[in-house]
Amino acid sequence: MRSFAQASSTGFRWDWVGNNLDDIWDRTLEHMLLTLIAIGAGLVISLALSLVSLRWRPLYQPVTWVTGVMYTIPSLALFAFLVPITGLTITTAEIGLISYTLLILIRNIVTGIDEVPQDVIESAVGMGYTRRRRFIEIELPLALPVIVTGIRLATVTVIGLVTVTSLIGLGGLGFFILRGLQNFSSPIGTTQIIVGTALSIVLAVVVDLSLAGVERLLTPWKRRKVGV
Amino acid sequence: MIVLDAVTKRFPGTPDPAVDSLSLTIHEGEIVVLVGPSGCGKTTTLKMINRLVEPSDGTITVAGRNILDVPSHELRRGIGYVIQQIGLFPHRTIAANIATVPTLLGWSAQVIDDRVEELAELVDLDPSMLRRYPSELSGGQRQRVGVARALAADPPVLLMDEPFGAVDPIVRARLQEELLVLQATLHKTIVLVTHDIDEAILLGDRVAILNIGGHLEQYDEPAEILRDPSNRFVADFLGSDRGIKRLSLISISDIDLDRGPVVGPEASTEEAVTVMNGYSVDWAAIVDGDQLIGWFSTEDLNGVGSVADLEPRAFVTTLDITDSLKEALDSVVSTHTSVAAVLDGDRYLGMVTTDTISEEIVQ
Ligand SMILES: Nc1ncnc2c1ncn2[C@@H]1O[C@H](COP(=O)(O)OP(=O)(O)OP(=O)(O)O)[C@@H](O)[C@H]1O
Ligand SMILES: [Mg+2]
Repeated sequence: MRSFAQASSTGFRWDWVGNNLDDIWDRTLEHMLLTLIAIGAGLVISLALSLVSLRWRPLYQPVTWVTGVMYTIPSLALFAFLVPITGLTITTAEIGLISYTLLILIRNIVTGIDEVPQDVIESAVGMGYTRRRRFIEIELPLALPVIVTGIRLATVTVIGLVTVTSLIGLGGLGFFILRGLQNFSSPIGTTQIIVGTALSIVLAVVVDLSLAGVERLLTPWKRRKVGV
Repeated sequence: MIVLDAVTKRFPGTPDPAVDSLSLTIHEGEIVVLVGPSGCGKTTTLKMINRLVEPSDGTITVAGRNILDVPSHELRRGIGYVIQQIGLFPHRTIAANIATVPTLLGWSAQVIDDRVEELAELVDLDPSMLRRYPSELSGGQRQRVGVARALAADPPVLLMDEPFGAVDPIVRARLQEELLVLQATLHKTIVLVTHDIDEAILLGDRVAILNIGGHLEQYDEPAEILRDPSNRFVADFLGSDRGIKRLSLISISDIDLDRGPVVGPEASTEEAVTVMNGYSVDWAAIVDGDQLIGWFSTEDLNGVGSVADLEPRAFVTTLDITDSLKEALDSVVSTHTSVAAVLDGDRYLGMVTTDTISEEIVQ
């Protein structure tokens, strides 16, 4: 209780937190939803572009070049460019978010597949795998650790970027940061900024660790290396 | 039966074909070993049979069917394939690895389980290994899994590219022995690639010696190639010790045995001396009927009236009629008398001497 009082005296308003729990929860959910859509759609698009690049190798360079450019466009500029076209909508937000996932995801998918050992591929082909079955049953599972690393990186990036979509009326936890900036000199403003930032970070860490856990579950062969 | 007819492979961007108009007939139930220097086209030839490499020219038929008439994945499911790096699937248990082709063929789970257990036993793999992942096995165990996986759907044909190249010599020798034991019951048509001429001689019913560009220099049974290399290249490839190598392929039963300096258990000293002088040796063996009793030297005869009075010495090593002349040579050179007695069970047959063996080498 002492620390409670101390925090209050330095400006952090727990009473604001207490009064706005519902709102905080809703914005956290919104944050997660925006992230989930971006990663889900990003993954589908990346998988398609990766497949195309793997099948027709010369396309890989242009694909990474275009997605690389998308990755480097400042998000604010991108939204400014999109709003006149798609308006202040979730579509605008997602186009921005998705475009930041593509480079990371495609690179990791293609690298992961490329790194599947040649002897494994040769024996798979030699035993009569068709191309499609080989991809799904052999190459994809073996590339999984590298792909999941890409998904984790993309997810953490997107969780951070979602806050920027507050500028177009969404923003998840970024909503509080924006409000806080508008009330900057008041204790409530500080509290809002801290809550928005801290929860966004916590969310990133929790999601990252959960994905690491999922990877462990999906790659049982990486776990026990007894050596004989 | 596998027939290669004027098969050629040109890789794009290379001036000379990797394999140039190679014709080869591989009979059913035989192990044919392709052997030759590095880069001569052994792997390319092997891979053309299961279409991992598409021939540029010529035709290949397996069991009478042109391999191009079958969808490649179906062709491959009917041909076992083992490579040096083994290529086990790291993300699948040993059981699942062995079950690869049956799974592709859509066998039922129960049939697959039974088959996997049967195969584990066949290649001498402890059933407890089946639930492990490949990274949890030794090199030799992995190689056994590779063979079991290739045999899983009981394909009539097996292609093996340096299957024992990655294991140490002791394990290799054991795996080679096991392959021969397997083959004695399975009678697969096996095409095996190696650059080790000793492996070729040991495993091959027939050996194809290839030169750069897939040129077939000689194709025959190993004993015949060793006896009569068709040209300088083959002779050089076999090495200067090819006479000795050939010994491992000749069984003692293939040669005429000399009875050796032998006396009956009741022989007199004089008779014994006559026999020894006849062979110009200072020892003789005692044989009762067809039972080998032992041996004695000239000194043992001092002060005894007949062979019956002396204490026979035991033969330290004897040879069995089924042993090879190479084993005979080992025995002979390690005894100071330079001979070894040959038995069939416990029946005495005769003696092998260095002379007997060198006659065979010179032939
Ligand atoms: N995919 C390829 N593209 C171009 N050239 C190739 C290819 N594969 C093999 N070659 C060439 O074809 C020739 C025969 O190669 P191959 O692998 O059949 O030799 P090998 O007899 O198996 O040799 P080793 O004992 O070293 O394995 C070599 O000159 C090699 O460089
Ligand atoms: Mg090779």
